[in-house]
Amino acid sequence: MLLSITTTIEPATDLGYLLHKHPDRLQTYELSFGKAHVFYPEAAANRCTACLLLDVDPIGLVRGKGSEDGPLAQYVNDRPYAATSFLSVAISRVWGSAMNGRCEDRPELATTPIPLEARIDVLPVRGGERFLRAVFEPLGYTLTATRHPLDETFPEWGESPYYAVTVGKTTTLAELLAQLYVLIPVFDNQKHYFVGEEEMEKLLAKGEGWLASHPEKDEITRRYLKFRPSLFREALERLAEEDDSGEISEKAIALREEAVEGPLRLNEERIGAVMAALRASAARRVLDLGCGEGRLLRELIKDKQFDEIVGVDVSIRALEIARDRLRLDRLPERQAARARLLHGSLMYRDQRLEGYDAAALVEVVEHLDPPRLAALERVLFEFARPGTIVLTTPNREYNVVWERVGEARFRHPDHRFEWTRAEFQAWALAVAARFGYAVRFLGVGPEREPLGSPTQMGVFTRDGSVIQ
Amino acid sequence: MKITIPKLSLVVMIGPSGSGKSTFARRHFKPTEIVSSDMCRAMLADDENDQTVTNDAFELLRVIAGKRLALGRLTVVDATSVQPEARKPLVELAREYHCLPVAIVLDVPERVCRERNDARPDRDFGPHVVRNQKSRLRQSTRNLGREGFRQVYTLVNPDEIDAATVERVPLWNDKSDLRGPFDLIGDVHGCTDELEELLRVLGYVCTIANPDDRSLSGGPVYAHPDGRMAVFVGDLVDRGPRVLDAVRIVRNMVVAGSALCVPGNHDMKLMRKLQGKDIRIAHGLAETLAEIDALPADIRDSLTRDLAEFLDAMVSHYVLDGGKLVVAHAGMKEEMQGRGSGQVREFALYGETTGETDDFGLPVRYDWASAYRGQAMVVYGHTPVPEPRWLNNTVNIDTGCVFGGRLTALRYPERAFVSIAAARTYCEPARPFLPVESQAQALSAQQAHDSLLDAQDVIGKRLITTTLRGKVTVREENAAAALEVMSRFAADPRWLIYLPPTMSPCETSRSESLLEHPAEAFAYYRGKGAPRVICEEKHMGSRAIVIACRDQAAARERFGVDTGETGVVYTRTGRRFFNDLDLDRQFHERVRSALSAVDLWGRLETSWACLDCELMPWSAKAQELLRSQYAAVAAAGAAALPRAVAALEQAAGRLEGGDRENALQIAADHRRRETDVALFTAAYRRYCWPVDSLAGYKLAPFHLLATEGRVHTDKDHAWHMDTLAEVCKAAPELLRSTPYQLVDVTDPASQEAGVAWWDELTGNGGEGMVVKPLSFLHKGARGLSQPALKCRGREYLRIIYGPEYTTHEHLSRLRARGLSRKRSLALGEFALGIEGLERFVRREPLRRVHECVFGVLALESEPIDPRL
Repeated sequence: MLLSITTTIEPATDLGYLLHKHPDRLQTYELSFGKAHVFYPEAAANRCTACLLLDVDPIGLVRGKGSEDGPLAQYVNDRPYAATSFLSVAISRVWGSAMNGRCEDRPELATTPIPLEARIDVLPVRGGERFLRAVFEPLGYTLTATRHPLDETFPEWGESPYYAVTVGKTTTLAELLAQLYVLIPVFDNQKHYFVGEEEMEKLLAKGEGWLASHPEKDEITRRYLKFRPSLFREALERLAEEDDSGEISEKAIALREEAVEGPLRLNEERIGAVMAALRASAARRVLDLGCGEGRLLRELIKDKQFDEIVGVDVSIRALEIARDRLRLDRLPERQAARARLLHGSLMYRDQRLEGYDAAALVEVVEHLDPPRLAALERVLFEFARPGTIVLTTPNREYNVVWERVGEARFRHPDHRFEWTRAEFQAWALAVAARFGYAVRFLGVGPEREPLGSPTQMGVFTRDGSVIQ
Repeated sequence: MKITIPKLSLVVMIGPSGSGKSTFARRHFKPTEIVSSDMCRAMLADDENDQTVTNDAFELLRVIAGKRLALGRLTVVDATSVQPEARKPLVELAREYHCLPVAIVLDVPERVCRERNDARPDRDFGPHVVRNQKSRLRQSTRNLGREGFRQVYTLVNPDEIDAATVERVPLWNDKSDLRGPFDLIGDVHGCTDELEELLRVLGYVCTIANPDDRSLSGGPVYAHPDGRMAVFVGDLVDRGPRVLDAVRIVRNMVVAGSALCVPGNHDMKLMRKLQGKDIRIAHGLAETLAEIDALPADIRDSLTRDLAEFLDAMVSHYVLDGGKLVVAHAGMKEEMQGRGSGQVREFALYGETTGETDDFGLPVRYDWASAYRGQAMVVYGHTPVPEPRWLNNTVNIDTGCVFGGRLTALRYPERAFVSIAAARTYCEPARPFLPVESQAQALSAQQAHDSLLDAQDVIGKRLITTTLRGKVTVREENAAAALEVMSRFAADPRWLIYLPPTMSPCETSRSESLLEHPAEAFAYYRGKGAPRVICEEKHMGSRAIVIACRDQAAARERFGVDTGETGVVYTRTGRRFFNDLDLDRQFHERVRSALSAVDLWGRLETSWACLDCELMPWSAKAQELLRSQYAAVAAAGAAALPRAVAALEQAAGRLEGGDRENALQIAADHRRRETDVALFTAAYRRYCWPVDSLAGYKLAPFHLLATEGRVHTDKDHAWHMDTLAEVCKAAPELLRSTPYQLVDVTDPASQEAGVAWWDELTGNGGEGMVVKPLSFLHKGARGLSQPALKCRGREYLRIIYGPEYTTHEHLSRLRARGLSRKRSLALGEFALGIEGLERFVRREPLRRVHECVFGVLALESEPIDPRL
């Protein structure tokens, strides 16, 4: 994979001094993940191009150098061909002095802005050309980008994420290299592998002077977030099916749902309404079934009405996040004793869930395949059998309000169905009658006639009659 | 003195310090059976005489004793236990675990105790201690029986203590040495006509010594010429027309040793009435009493006495056939089986009630059988059911003869029912139990129970017993991962009777330019002593399990699925293949019609079949993976490499000497890499084609895993191939038969032919082949062999190891790969998969099948190189 730096200052061969690499040589450097070659395809007085060619060792990346595992899991990987964080590492190793603005022979050259152009042949860009421009143009670059095709045999698979990118600007070589160093890994935010922890710190240090005022600063910084999978998570990923796009992290999904439903207000209102219903039930021992990352739990813990609060989720990852967010291990002992998290499933009868005053299921049922709803009904209403059940689910009718959903699609990629008010109420009434509960319905969020509210809520109360 | 104690009991040694309790206990019991307060003190405080930890020590003692009793282990408590308040928790402990508390009192003279204590330097307490203990003992020993001890033995001097022997005897209910075969007979309730007919049908032969003898011992004696034994589940009396005759038959059989009988609640109520207790006359007792009243006066009293004696001698329940069979009138929970206590007896007679009553005013029974997880089969009656009801290895055989139903016998170990219809309705039931027409089609009790599984049967660390490989361990974190996937994505567990195992590749080829080659697979099986192998073409799609039922009724009857579906097709992790319901329906119709066309149903006497298959194209299921990974890598490579070559060649044009040569060399490397990327692109494209209807799909079945009553692991792979090839012919547009070749691994020519075929398959870019021992199950010297090994082609492996893996420097590193974890996993998963199917065809409860399926999924989450 190739990075080419071209200048047209006269004499252009000064580029050799700036880079500390002689234009008439081909030099090769050993790096931890492969080799880097530096050479000059052209070196005339009016135009000079230096190339940094990265020869990544795909086997070493997976197997590591010694007994240790490498940073990648997949042999089938674009790293040998695309510009990623490995290129940043190579720039710092091979052109480190130039990036730091040092030029012992011609110090004045290093501080003089000169016309420069950088071309990256294959740059993976999540966010498309729009994001490319949003990152480079505020820094004063002119940019040309050409998208590479994915597979012409299967046009229905869409386009590739790769671009050939050329950016040009009159600046110092040091600044150009520093900005490339920081920005190249940002475009490829998917599989973000640093060779080591210290590389990341270096990366941030290189942003000094321009990153803080960059309009995309947040996004650039956010994409550095390094994801460290847990043991459980790794075990789970091994069960991923071929059709699971690894692209959809839970965080991304949550963001997407929020994006669809608009500002956080609806989620807050929903939690508020559920809290109100739970408070009204006078429950002291409550279950949050499908607690996710713990938004409702956080509110429940704040309220002294609740003596025992149990968050249950089937996703181990979600429970890990909840544990961190709620800081359960750092709460005072007495507080911590009130709340606990359980890994469990609503598809299996679970004695640990029996005997509670109330249970909340906030945006849970729509994540179940319709044929499996029957299992949830029995687990919840027949066996767990709390006195009160507060259940929310999207009102499908409302989806037309949001242009990003429309009538046909669901709000969340994992939703297996979304109910209209009539559908939800028919289900809820039938279930209530079968298991000896009474149910009342409420809308949550701004109501819009004739569509209703974006979220619908059912509050079930056990009425003492027996299960039919 | 001979001390006789039940095999399972809590023995409490009672006596002052120095009375010789520990010595006695050591002489008669295993060291591990003895829990002493001294030992517990020492464990907690490093000093067995440290009185400051006495409370903690006793808490520990009770925990240890409780755990032992729960596990059915005789336990001896060695502490002074001279005060009633010290003994009370021990009696309660025995009660909690339904075993008998036995007291052994060592009441030796105070002088003896004192002398012994004086001889021990660690017992420096004064003489008043023993004196106090001795007086406490004297005050309370008389009451030991009242405190709850069922047996009390008192030894009063050292000689007596030395001479005592301890004998352990089985409980009355322990008949585990009786091995059967048995005929278990449901509630008779005086329906003697039907009983006589049933015994005749079962093959019992009747002899009557004295037809005129109307005493209880008179009348017929039945016995089975083959030595079968009848076991009556109780409720012989009340309601029916010939109560005393029924009792005569049973009593004479019991006396003759051709039957056992456990008491029913009606029998016990009659007994109490006969013993003169004040009993309300209801629920058919009147009929029994009327029969007794009608007896001639001269025999009435003696018969009444004999009857009460016979009833009184009955034992609450029996454990038979080495513990594999338990019989009780109303059932028996696992933790009570083979134990004795008032609670056990109550449970045997009445079961457990919730305290509520139903619409008919009858007590709502707690359904112990739905929570039953025991190994022993429990046979019981008590609650009339229209059909014998199996649930979790328990069976209710009271089919309500007296209410106009039938008198049913269960043949054991055959598990076959024999029943005689009631001649008429002798008594109207308070609650109707015969099926209303519309309910007759409903799911069985087991199926209704199985519509929901219990988390306790899957979560946590598990050991699953398999026929093929003994116990297979599932780690807790793997079970947790499986719980998530099973809950979020899997199809209804009633359909999931099997998940396929992972498959190991052959050993790395000896040829340096290859990773895999069939010669290694042949060598593997030869080394395992298998002479012949089958080579099957490996299809590149997605693994698919297909369950096909003949019709909706079969789906309901056999799988308990009443959604109207007739089958399911799911992935290696249990997910449904098709989200499009219409497509799913068409798919199953097509498969079903192919199976019907060759009359698989009739030929295998089945209404369903489970097929192991590959579903193509790969792109149908893996499109996202192809797009985001395979095509992306190809696109990046194709875009990057030519540019690098051009730049290098341009540079070479202006460089000189060694620099120039280096540039040309690197350029040549990049050209070769360009070719590799092109080959990689061609490799994945082979397995992709667009599908927009059923027409695009191809299903290649390669195992006919199971049909009704049979798991076809007893057939060789050629049978599987040929049977399925015939099915495939019936639907060529969807089904694709799998080409195969047989290879004799002891014959070089035959092996060469096999290798040539592999060369041909992979030379055309095919995935390769799977080599299996010809017999479905092959055992070598060290147990089960790999059920299959894959030998993948050189080009195909680019999809696995990356476009450029064939480069020498890459390949030489890739050749080092460890297969042992993969192979052990493959065997574990294979054993679990087959175990699940076997349990399913044996009609075991779903949780037992699901345990195996869940286990396979959990093992699949083990960390292992995914490329193997």
